[in-house]
Amino acid sequence: MRELLMIAVGTAFINNVVLSQFLGLCAFLGVSKKMDTAAGMGGAVIFVITISSFVTALIYKFLLLPLNVTYLQTIVFILVIAALVQFVEMFLKKSSPSLYNALGVYLPLITTNCAVLGVALINVQKSYGIVESVVNGLATAVGFTIAIVLMAGIREKTEYNDVPESFKGSPIVLLTACLMAIAFFGFSSLK
Amino acid sequence: MSKAGERLYNGIIKENPTFVLMLGMCPTLAVTTSAMNGLGMGLTTTVILAMSNLMISALRKVIPNGVRMPAFIVVVASFVTIVQFLLQAYVPSLYQSLGIYIPLIVVNCIILGRAEAYASFNPVIPSFFDGVGMGLGFTIGLASIGIVRELIGAGTIFGVQVMPSFYQPITIFILAPGAFLVLSLLTAAQNRVKRKMQEKGKETKIGSGCTGECASCASSCKGGETL
Repeated sequence: MRELLMIAVGTAFINNVVLSQFLGLCAFLGVSKKMDTAAGMGGAVIFVITISSFVTALIYKFLLLPLNVTYLQTIVFILVIAALVQFVEMFLKKSSPSLYNALGVYLPLITTNCAVLGVALINVQKSYGIVESVVNGLATAVGFTIAIVLMAGIREKTEYNDVPESFKGSPIVLLTACLMAIAFFGFSSLK
Repeated sequence: MSKAGERLYNGIIKENPTFVLMLGMCPTLAVTTSAMNGLGMGLTTTVILAMSNLMISALRKVIPNGVRMPAFIVVVASFVTIVQFLLQAYVPSLYQSLGIYIPLIVVNCIILGRAEAYASFNPVIPSFFDGVGMGLGFTIGLASIGIVRELIGAGTIFGVQVMPSFYQPITIFILAPGAFLVLSLLTAAQNRVKRKMQEKGKETKIGSGCTGECASCASSCKGGETL
């Protein structure tokens, strides 16, 4: 239990997926304009990464390892993730239209999100078991959600600020991300 | 041959993926902590980009349109796996320092973007040079960002001490926040250049990729615009 908690806190705060690992930056910069879309994206990411880290951990343990074909992991993982996102999208559409309406538009965006593949690979690299992989995936996604929601909150506040002409648009967002990354450094004393 | 030269010029200068198109920002930020890492990552990406462009262009008449995305991904992922093992065997130090970002080249926007925008319509030779040009442009971008960050953050370039000994390195430049800071200044400079060009009435439109934003990551193009 203690180890799981360590993994969760470590990945969500100390090694935050966006602010210190630089994964999922596209979504972080692209969908953080408004608070509710940011929260929607965060929800979709939590959903997909948790499921995908479970599925990829299963496939790694029961398919790739016994068959001794672990070198295929990158190819298999990316295909599984792409198929999984499609499948989740279809499943949600059929079974839970309200959830689909909330998360549906974000799902296709997630396939090429490097965070999803990144988590699956990190799980293998750190030789996590299935439970640890799921916890690691969930914590990564929660870390992503925290970062993107905070960013959206800040962007809503600074939208009408008078920034220098050249810094309008993405430069000021990146500058904000820089300050957030410095703030998240504070968490490294949690270790 | 002029076609090949034109593709090289296009990739390195006119549509430089780092400075003009702003593609592949995740690896750009993550691995440019030193000039060596930037250069290594750039060259690795160049090899993969050239080979996958070549292969996809050769297969462009065989791959059905409906499943082209998964097919491209399989081609790219195969080359990434091969290159990953080559690096592990021959350049283990680079393999160690790039770590997880090598397999993540699969989801690099530049590679799928070039496959989609160029290699799937054009003959083999120009596609190959398109990949080489884009890759070299990316390498130049990564290496120069790496040089700047390493110079300010550690006082060295490619591990050689350049700054005088009394210089106190600003370590934050080689840490995560420094990456965001450098990229922020870079985009600001780009905005400024674009504005100046617009004032002079020059065309600033970019031919490939759907927008200058990172949202142009291949298949996320269509979704990105609705948000």
